[in-house]
Formats: sequence, C-alpha cells, structure tokens
Amino acid sequence: MSGNANDLRTPLKRARGLGSAKDGTGHFIVQRITAVAVLLCGVYLLGLLLPMTGLDYPRAHALVADPLNATVLVAFLVAGFWHAKLGMQVVIEDYVHTPLLAGIAHLANIFVCALAAIASVLAVLRIALQGA
Amino acid sequence: MAAPESRVRERPLSPHLQVYRWQVQMVTSILHRATGIVLVFGALALAWGLQALAAGPDSWAAFAECAGSAFGRVVLFGFSWALAYHLINGIRHLLQDGGLGFAIPDFVRNSWISVVGSFVLVALVWGIVLMHWGQA
Repeated sequence: MSGNANDLRTPLKRARGLGSAKDGTGHFIVQRITAVAVLLCGVYLLGLLLPMTGLDYPRAHALVADPLNATVLVAFLVAGFWHAKLGMQVVIEDYVHTPLLAGIAHLANIFVCALAAIASVLAVLRIALQGA
Repeated sequence: MAAPESRVRERPLSPHLQVYRWQVQMVTSILHRATGIVLVFGALALAWGLQALAAGPDSWAAFAECAGSAFGRVVLFGFSWALAYHLINGIRHLLQDGGLGFAIPDFVRNSWISVVGSFVLVALVWGIVLMHWGQA
C-alpha cells in the first residue's frame, strides 16, 4: 500500500480488496477435524504405550509393525502434521508482517510439515512391510 | 504493509498486554499457542524416531541412547507436558466451539482445569511408565 500523504483515497477505499481471502472457514473446520483425529489416535497410541515395559528394538518394531497400530499411527501422523501446519500458519500470519519474510516462513512451514509427514509415513510403511 | 498515517486525528489505541493484570485466562491462551509451537518440534522428534526404527537396530539404539540421556529425558518430559496441556486445553477449545463454558466463572474454572489437569495427566503417565520400565 502506498504511504503517499497526498493520496486522496479514504482509508476504507485503500483497505478494500486487501482483506479476507474467503478461505478462513475452511481453515477453521480442518483445524477442528484434525484436532479430533489427533485426539482419538493419540488416546489409542497412549493406550499402547502405557502397558509397555520397555522400548528396545524388537518390542518397538513389533508395536509399529502391527497392522492396526500402523494404520492408527499413519492417521495420527497425517492429521498431526496437517494440524501443525495449520497452527504454525496462524502464528506466522500473526507475528511476521514483512511480506518477503512471511512468504518464506509460510513456504518453510508447508515444506517442513509435508516432508516430515511423508518421511514418517514412509518409515511406518517400511516397518510394517518388514513384518513383525 | 505500512501502517496508515495518523494524519487525520489520533484514534484511541486498543489496549495491549502490558495494561492487563495477569489472569489465568490469558495464561491458558498463551500456553496453548506456545505448547503448539513446541509440539511441532515434538512431532519432528517423533519423525526422527520413526526413521531410526525403520533404519534398523543400530540406529534405533543410537536414538534410544539420545532420548534416554539426561538431556533427552528433560526434553521428552517437556514434550509430554506440552502434549498433555495442548490435549486438555484443546478439548476445552472444542467444547467452547460448541458454545459451552463462556460464563466467566466457568471460563476461569475450566482454565484452571487445563493447567492443573495437564500436570496431573503428565505425572500419571510418567508414573505408570517408570513403574513398568523398572520391571523390564
């Protein structure tokens, strides 16, 4: 926006068109859906961890390799990193006001969350396909 | 985007953090965001652990040694408290999305439930885990 003091347009005129991208509702809803998913999967996974008597390699491997556990874990990872991306997006929108820096931060957020989710899901698949 | 110049007249500014007395509602709101940011790194640590587990016994042993060190335990405890808080306060947020708990006394009470409950939950989980681990 121009900071020109001779600009004859009113503040309202200058603000129009710079507002909402009209996709905030979708963000809100997906944030809630992923929250519920993380909650349900998280309770299941916590229920798996609590009776464990250690996490040496065979036990940890067998735990993740179980088909139902692997399914819930993949759901947890996808929903969790999606939820993380949405949350960090809001933090960046709130605190980073320089357009270039904000753009870089948004890209970094998306790429880190997406890559971590893909790498984690692939790791679970490798473990599950190795067999118990 | 540059702030609009105040060439017309000084407008009253919205009050900001420094003029408020600290109260539990502010603490829960700030903690929810702070723990959310912390948990992004917790999720990355989980991703690292899964890579180690997929790569084989040696890399899993290296990861377990890292996580089991004094520093690793402190970090793990921090992540687990952040998760416990974000979980309980997240449930509170979902209930508030349904329109519940907005009367001021309820709001204050539920804020305290989030804060105190997170410590209770994390103590319970670590208590159970450490008791079991001793019998390994």
